[in-house]
Amino acid sequence: MNVLIFTLVVFAGSLFAGFLGSLTGLGGGVVIVPLLTVALGVDNRYAIGASLVSVIATSSGSAAAYLKEGFTNMRVGIFLEVATTSGAILGASVATRLPGPAIEIVFGVVLLVSVYLTLSLRKLPAVGGEGLARRLRLNGSYPTSNGNVSYTPRRVPLGFGIMAGAGALSGLLGIGSGAVKVLALDQAMRLPFKVSTTTSNFMIGVTAAASAGIYLRRGFITPGLAMPVMLGVLAGSLIGARLLISARARLLRLVFAVAIFALGVEMIVAGLHL
Amino acid sequence: MIRRSDQGRWSDRAVEATMGTVLRYGVVLAAVLVAAGGVAYLFERWDHATHYSVFAGSPESLTTPAAILRGALALDPASLIALGLVVLVLTPVARVVFALLAFVEQRDRLYVIFSLIVLSVLFIGLTGHSL
Repeated sequence: MNVLIFTLVVFAGSLFAGFLGSLTGLGGGVVIVPLLTVALGVDNRYAIGASLVSVIATSSGSAAAYLKEGFTNMRVGIFLEVATTSGAILGASVATRLPGPAIEIVFGVVLLVSVYLTLSLRKLPAVGGEGLARRLRLNGSYPTSNGNVSYTPRRVPLGFGIMAGAGALSGLLGIGSGAVKVLALDQAMRLPFKVSTTTSNFMIGVTAAASAGIYLRRGFITPGLAMPVMLGVLAGSLIGARLLISARARLLRLVFAVAIFALGVEMIVAGLHL
Repeated sequence: MIRRSDQGRWSDRAVEATMGTVLRYGVVLAAVLVAAGGVAYLFERWDHATHYSVFAGSPESLTTPAAILRGALALDPASLIALGLVVLVLTPVARVVFALLAFVEQRDRLYVIFSLIVLSVLFIGLTGHSL
């Protein structure tokens, strides 16, 4: 495949990945990495490098729109970024030492586990933990058709711990790990779903930026590949972001679960073949 | 301008709106640089073969911000793309810097500390030092 055709194919795939990633609140990384490695035979270190920069573009581009809508909880985001950025540096450090196929297998397993978590976990009961959330001033409110609704996060330490893990996965696999971030915000801390998805998105760019310097130094980020991935995912995510406000939460989860399950199986198969 | 709350300090909503603007400008600038470099890149080597299936790392000239800036000033297409990517990486960092300034203005000591911790971790990562 010559550079022109390759660029066009990658751009089209990235457009789709960005659209799906934005619609589900997960970012395009979980779709674009399997697409590049499984379908186009790209080495997965180049793939996670390109994915990581696209994740920053997606997150920052759509966060701009979400911040205006008033769902994002800035304080929850910044507090938990302490955990995600630290985890990301740890994850990126591990990624630079792992052989390619190992990254692929870990990636696939992470995708399957995130589907399992999304489908099987009941929400933890909404008791306890408000005290710490109040002291950290993490409570907030969001707009609905019946005026503003207030909420107080629960289980702050558990949320913080899961976020450190989400950051490590982001640095290790070049993804936004929005699935795990939404898990921490929505299921552990019991934030309203739209607050969870938009605050997760708000944090993804900063988390990815923490490991980007390490990826750049190690040569994971190659301009010829990152260019169509970044532009495609960004364009796709901006289209998807326009639909999020009106789309239904349950439908989003189902779309997410089916797509991620298929990709997880593909990644594991590809990793074991190498 | 940032609207002030009753106490004369910046309101959270106003800070969030300005953050959104910072992010938007950063992403637009990055995308323009990447697209401009990308067009030049395709003109120069559209009929070359791709070789992404074997990991060889990027050349030395594309792995540090200083080298990337030198290449971009010489209008090297790959360096222009890389410069756009560096701007992109710095965009969320600028958002954290702005958050820090806003929390200082709000006299919110707790969140000044959280922002400073996040910035320190980002600095370690951005200088490219893995653990």
